[in-house]
Amino acid sequence: MLAEFLQFLFSGLTVGAIYGLIGLGFAVIYNASHVINFAQGEFVMIGGMATVFLMKAGVPMPLAILIAIAGAAAVGWVLARFGIETARGSTVVGLIIITIGASILLRGLAQVIWDRNFHALPAFAGDTPIQILGAALLPQSLIIGTALVLTMLGLRLFFEHTRIGKAMQATAIDPLAAQLVGIDTRRIVRLSFVLSAALGAMAGVLVAPITMTYANVGVMLGLKGFAATIVGGLGNPLGAIAGGLIVGIAEAMTAGYLTSAYKDAVAFIIILFVLLFMPNGLFGRAEVTKV
Amino acid sequence: MKDRQRTETSAVPMLEVRELQSRYGRIRALKKVSVTVHGGELVALVGANGAGKTTLMRAISGVQPITGGRILFEGKDISRMNAAARVRLGIVQVPEGRRVFGAMTVEDNLRLGAISRSKNEEEEGLERAYDLFPRLKDRRRQLAGTLSGGEQQMLAIGRALMAKPRLLLMDEPSMGLSPLLVDQTFEIIQKLAAEGMTIFLVEQNAYVALSIATRGYVLEGGVTTLDGSGEALLHDPRVKEAYLGV
Ligand SMILES: Nc1ncnc2c1ncn2[C@@H]1O[C@H](COP(=O)(O)OP(=O)(O)OP(=O)(O)O)[C@@H](O)[C@H]1O
Ligand SMILES: [Mg+2]
Repeated sequence: MLAEFLQFLFSGLTVGAIYGLIGLGFAVIYNASHVINFAQGEFVMIGGMATVFLMKAGVPMPLAILIAIAGAAAVGWVLARFGIETARGSTVVGLIIITIGASILLRGLAQVIWDRNFHALPAFAGDTPIQILGAALLPQSLIIGTALVLTMLGLRLFFEHTRIGKAMQATAIDPLAAQLVGIDTRRIVRLSFVLSAALGAMAGVLVAPITMTYANVGVMLGLKGFAATIVGGLGNPLGAIAGGLIVGIAEAMTAGYLTSAYKDAVAFIIILFVLLFMPNGLFGRAEVTKV
Repeated sequence: MKDRQRTETSAVPMLEVRELQSRYGRIRALKKVSVTVHGGELVALVGANGAGKTTLMRAISGVQPITGGRILFEGKDISRMNAAARVRLGIVQVPEGRRVFGAMTVEDNLRLGAISRSKNEEEEGLERAYDLFPRLKDRRRQLAGTLSGGEQQMLAIGRALMAKPRLLLMDEPSMGLSPLLVDQTFEIIQKLAAEGMTIFLVEQNAYVALSIATRGYVLEGGVTTLDGSGEALLHDPRVKEAYLGV
């Protein structure tokens, strides 16, 4: 009984952490530009797929991971620079449609450049599970949890103790006032895409040993990450992490106790529920005092 | 002193706005605005609600597109320069409604003001700002959104000063303040002007603005219609009738 519950919890926390990291990417871009980036899932895909194919080409895993994340970050920069900036003056909805277009394009390119098959990455620290009260915890889950905690600490340092991080916060609060103090808000938007792409790619690399990766893997993962941000409150980074864990656990419990056939529906039911009954998410949008 | 002023006024103006036009879609907010500000002057532009004052300030700062005319800073056309570059040049604005970053601390707000300057200049500026506004020092760890209206005004001015302005733009500094705080704010503006700061302020409150200004302009429906010394405008029957309720 307990062992079973723990087992579901471990698996929920593991995928939940991944959803949280993806949701974090949505929050960072939303804060800088009010754009919901529907190409976020493709950053996740690029992380996993690029690592797989670099390793096939003989690049050692750690280096392959770094190159994959850097490559995704570069794609994020290109999307911001040539997709978002050239369409300046367009409405936010227009910009969101551009990100949807970019996501379709990136999926297509991945199928052409790589392939349409499923690929697995080896787990970073082996496959021997750790037994806890009868439940099996994969070493990869521990790595994912550690990565999540380190990412949160890193982002905190970045946002609260660096000039550019504070400039990002200011831009989120009031873009016009930010420009008037001399912040180049276009640079901030670019940086937000680079950062989100790197976060997404990292999530893609971390999850690939557990769920396999393929050209369209970003569709579902992107939507789950979106659910995480909606649950946590759009633009609330900590909320996105919590939202990711909630969605992940709800999914795992549904799959475990009911049927895995409904697993993917859970995220959508949660999105609908939150949008209908608490449009600001469970934790509300990060409070901004407007004067 | 007299000599310096004369050479400065005869030299290239610090700011020259020539027949500026700007629109929001089909609404023409600025039709023909011409303003000159010389180094060391305190120039006030007065105009009623909706005359286009804020649009003009935003255009000068580079956050509002223009559809005609030119903006020159020290003789150089800056019309196509982005907002951040204009701040680096020293064109700094205290926006209408103050717009402090409410969810950030007072000190972070001030430091952000110096984002276009070096870390050293940031530290020096912070000291100067706290000297000028000791209240802000007491409240430096507090969130800016929790300050009173008057304190927020000080913060907004302090934040702008952090950028080492050569031309300080002020959009309706009296807005939403009690008469006592309006007086205090204008005392600060006069003090800055006396120290040699070049200031261009726009106001609905024509009386206070023109009383302290060396020169003034009247903006009506997006057109600058009158100009003269602050004193002369205060006594101009047209200004009296329209803005001073006499
Ligand atoms: N974002 C906007 N979209 C459309 N029209 C606008 C916008 N902002 C201002 N306007 C219009 O442009 C004109 C000038 O507005 P502006 O805000 O520059 O006036 P103002 O002199 O600053 O007024 P106030 O004294 O109320 O601050 C007004 O007719 C206003 O309705
Ligand atoms: Mg105004």
